[in-house]
Amino acid sequence: MITGLYQSFKRFVFDVDQLSRFSARMVLSLFGRPVYLAETMEQMYLIGIGSLFLVILTGIFAGQGLALQFSMELADFGSKNYLGRLMALSVIRELGPILAGLMVAARVAAGITAEIGSMKSSNQLDALTAFGVDPIRKLAAPRLIALVVMVPVLTVICDFIAIMGGWVIALFIAHLTSTTYMSAVNAKLTFGNVFIGLLKPFVFAFIIAFISCYKGFTATGGTKGVGRATTESVMIASITILIVNFIVTKVVFTFLKGYL
Amino acid sequence: MIRLENVTFGYGDTPVLREVSFRIAPGESRVIMGPSGSGKSTILRLILGLDRPWSGKVLVDGRDIAALKGAELRDLRKRIGMVFQDGALFDSMTIGENVGYYQFEYSKKTDDQIEGEVRQMLQFVDLDTELIDRLPEELSGGMRRRVAIARALLSTRPSLMLFDEPTTGLDPQATANVLALIKKLQEQERISVIIVTHQIADAVKLADKFVIIHTGRLVFDGDLDQLRQCATPEVQDFLSPFRQSVGEVIKRNFV
Ligand SMILES: Nc1ncnc2c1ncn2[C@@H]1O[C@H](COP(=O)(O)OP(=O)(O)OP(=O)(O)O)[C@@H](O)[C@H]1O
Ligand SMILES: [Mg+2]
Repeated sequence: MITGLYQSFKRFVFDVDQLSRFSARMVLSLFGRPVYLAETMEQMYLIGIGSLFLVILTGIFAGQGLALQFSMELADFGSKNYLGRLMALSVIRELGPILAGLMVAARVAAGITAEIGSMKSSNQLDALTAFGVDPIRKLAAPRLIALVVMVPVLTVICDFIAIMGGWVIALFIAHLTSTTYMSAVNAKLTFGNVFIGLLKPFVFAFIIAFISCYKGFTATGGTKGVGRATTESVMIASITILIVNFIVTKVVFTFLKGYL
Repeated sequence: MIRLENVTFGYGDTPVLREVSFRIAPGESRVIMGPSGSGKSTILRLILGLDRPWSGKVLVDGRDIAALKGAELRDLRKRIGMVFQDGALFDSMTIGENVGYYQFEYSKKTDDQIEGEVRQMLQFVDLDTELIDRLPEELSGGMRRRVAIARALLSTRPSLMLFDEPTTGLDPQATANVLALIKKLQEQERISVIIVTHQIADAVKLADKFVIIHTGRLVFDGDLDQLRQCATPEVQDFLSPFRQSVGEVIKRNFV
């Protein structure tokens, strides 16, 4: 049992070490030539447009659900006017980044790992290398750039939609005026909140890109192995996003308290 | 020029190649033969630098490929054409994009120009040019193999071509075409060719020197006469099923 734990700990350390080296190579491949512009644009399109519907859908329903809960609790204290503030706070700081991050992790991380993994298992990565192409630069870097651009954009969209979902609840269920809700939202659109709300998706984008590409490039064991790598990729990316989300919140609270 | 010096290599912990050495002069060609699983494809991977030897050296044009990095290594690889045993076609690209891959990646030609070259190349390997917009999954195994050969040939003037079992699974007509094509590369373009094959009848047509690998060891390196006289048990074992055909081929080609 102890040795078993020790073995899995050693394996974990090894994985983290390999993942860090791989991530460093991915970041380095962003610099220098050639730059695969067409691939990067294609990935932006696939990731951005492809995830848009999913993010909008989750944004609407999560926003409405949250607003419904808040408005009932606030009504008990006679402070329904605060609904907008609570919504803005919780959506921009937590819900939006997490929802968008997890949705992109589920959809895009799975796709990236499966695609690169099956290219690996059918020797296509070797074929690229044989053509003098660096597969990390060709495949991983465009996906990294696309994620770093698109995850924050999707998060902002998700935030907006969720807050508008809250607006529907405010108007028709909590019977607030549009101005009351909106000015309350506005009161919480501070620099600190917007900063933390954009910092998170930026960090999540790196997490999703590093883990999904690493899992694809290291997939072994044929079709089954690619399947396993894909599942692990989504799982590890999602859990890491939740953990890092907490850490970012904590760090920002510690150092940027004055701005929130 | 290719030189392997005491190359030992394996996947994981088990050695696959042990102390393999041979050299191929510029413009010269070599056939690598040996039973399945003996390490033939592995030798090609080492020459391309896809794997690095545990010990020993792989020299391509006098340079140790394991010591090359980044751009230098990429430039060296651009001069080597490789046909993988399973084709390794890019399955999300069309046949045209596959065959023209090198040109699309590196040349400044227009798409139309490249498409023209792709069509020529498809005809060269006896494939219908209609296939240009199809995906690899829609092709038969033999057709895919010819696409892989066309793709390797359309790289700009490789100085070395590596073929991993280029004729396995092809019908006699396609086999004859591929062999003729390899001969043409050797004779007209003066390209050095390394061919892995099980077909001894093809082997003698493609090169006058042979290497035989047996469970990771080099058991033979020499020409046809030496091969016939070779008494090494592994070579005898490998040749015994072909004895007759070797005899016939030799009669047909050399007598
Ligand atoms: N990626 C790999 N991981 C682990 N072992 C491998 C790998 N690739 C090849 N091997 C092993 O290395 C040995 C040599 O393989 P190789 O592909 O070079 O054989 P080969 O001579 O080309 O055989 P064939 O004629 O069947 O193509 C085999 O025993 C094989 O099991
Ligand atoms: Mg092989």
